[in-house]
Amino acid sequence: MGASPAPDAAGLGRARAAGFLVPSMVLILLFLVVPAAWTIYLGVTNYRLTGLAAANPEIVGLDNYTRALTDERFRTSLLLTLQFVLGSAVIGQAGLGFAIAFALRDRRGPLRRVVEAFILLSWILPSSVVAFLWIALLDRDAGTLNALLGTPGMAWLLDHPMLSIIIFNTWRGTAFSMMLYAAALENVPRSHLETARLAGASTWQQLRDVVFPRIRGHVLTNLLLISLWTFNDFTPFLITAGGPEQRSEVLAVYVYKVALSGGELGFGAAISFIMLLINLVIALVYLRTLGRRKEAP
Amino acid sequence: MSTVTTTADGTRTDDRSRAAVRHVLARIGRYVFLCLVLAFFALPLLWLATAPFDDTPTIGTSLPDFTLDNFRALLDNPYALTSLVNSVWLAGGTALLVVTFAALAAYALSRVRVPGRDALLYGLLLLSSIVTGTATMVPLFELAVRANLIDSRLGVILILSGGLLPAAIFILKDFMDATPTSYEESARVFGASPLQIMRHIVVPIVRPGLATVGVWAVANVWGNFLVPFLLLGPDKRPAAVIMYTLYTEGGQADLRLLSTFSLLYSLPVALMFVFVSSRYGFRFHGGIKR
Repeated sequence: MGASPAPDAAGLGRARAAGFLVPSMVLILLFLVVPAAWTIYLGVTNYRLTGLAAANPEIVGLDNYTRALTDERFRTSLLLTLQFVLGSAVIGQAGLGFAIAFALRDRRGPLRRVVEAFILLSWILPSSVVAFLWIALLDRDAGTLNALLGTPGMAWLLDHPMLSIIIFNTWRGTAFSMMLYAAALENVPRSHLETARLAGASTWQQLRDVVFPRIRGHVLTNLLLISLWTFNDFTPFLITAGGPEQRSEVLAVYVYKVALSGGELGFGAAISFIMLLINLVIALVYLRTLGRRKEAP
Repeated sequence: MSTVTTTADGTRTDDRSRAAVRHVLARIGRYVFLCLVLAFFALPLLWLATAPFDDTPTIGTSLPDFTLDNFRALLDNPYALTSLVNSVWLAGGTALLVVTFAALAAYALSRVRVPGRDALLYGLLLLSSIVTGTATMVPLFELAVRANLIDSRLGVILILSGGLLPAAIFILKDFMDATPTSYEESARVFGASPLQIMRHIVVPIVRPGLATVGVWAVANVWGNFLVPFLLLGPDKRPAAVIMYTLYTEGGQADLRLLSTFSLLYSLPVALMFVFVSSRYGFRFHGGIKR
């Protein structure tokens, strides 16, 4: 972040500076801080969208939490979310993103530009559009994938819902990892790779001994950021809506279904709070590693 | 003596040719891998490129019988164009609010010594990455109901701005820290008021930063599904939500409508991206999405 260039060059003064801060702080307070605090309160009530508990919510203590922890559906959802993060963020986006960045590291020219353009396009297009593109691709009767693979009638979204959303999210998010690793790989001196190659090191040995030690910080940053985003991603809802039979119901979708379609706001808030805690853990690990990187670059 | 040399030479050529073979194999492997990657990423996009221009679009990708009639069909749908206008309102309103508020806050934080400034910024950034729309959908919905912000565009704009502001302030403060204060100082010597200095000197200097944050905010809101889906009624829904209802609530999806709508809805962000990347170069720091 660094220090400011000079104190108050325009002669703003403290009072006016405070005034400049107010609009932002009000919005942040109202729509970030208050909801977070409210989640904690709602989580210990039996608040519902309709019915008796809608008019007079009662404090029920930790009931919602004990209910969640003993609920089969919650535990399954947590497990599915873990699969989703591990499969699509860690293995999919980070793994594929690194492989592409490494394969393109010393290439210039049209091939690199075309590959990058398609990957970036899949990243910037609106999620509702790409969700439909994947529904069309995976369609049972006339989908392009079945035509290509010669597997007519294969219902990917019904038979393999988790695999489908994992591959979808890999497709959608690889761009970020690819760009981050491309920037990181530029820090690896080419001469070191060349020397390793001439000394007869295999690609795997070059990666392990030359590349990886130099980009460890980037790898960690990347993994934590994409884990955080994927953990909170609501897009699977647009493809499978959590189904069939809750087999792709990740936590983000589960909260929506329980709280807003099901009307159990209190119980939903308790799950939300558990999500907030998990986010906090991921973010703290991230900030700690970031701080350590700044100290020892 | 001579036999030894031959053996040594022999093994060396052998080694060298083995290395050459390995090198060629690695090259082939790399090309095959890149072609597979290209196929994987291009495959789902083919439909978007062909179906809108196809006389009878199907769900599978095929060469189109070229026509532009589908775009005319789009004009007849009552929700399609309105939703795009709604998207423009939401994205434009949020970007304006975020850029203005973040610029004011970032300037104050950059130029005036506020105690605990860095801690405040880190705290906000941490908060904004933890408190996500998915984790707070219950209280946000509650809050909107109580504050009468259900079915209100302004409500969605305010909520989205609140989420984007911390990162926007962070980005802009970096920009402002990097600009020298000498212009501001000399203007002040000539008697310009702080607000004049802001308008005529600071804003023009940090314009690239403002543009970056604006584009980033637009891209974020343009694709956002969850918040408008939760809070807005049919008439005010943006393209992201209408797109979803087009393929889920309509029973048999109207593929002509769906394909042309997807394309029209995708085009603005794609063009914006092309513009940004041609102007500033879309490398890592130019990332427009969180």
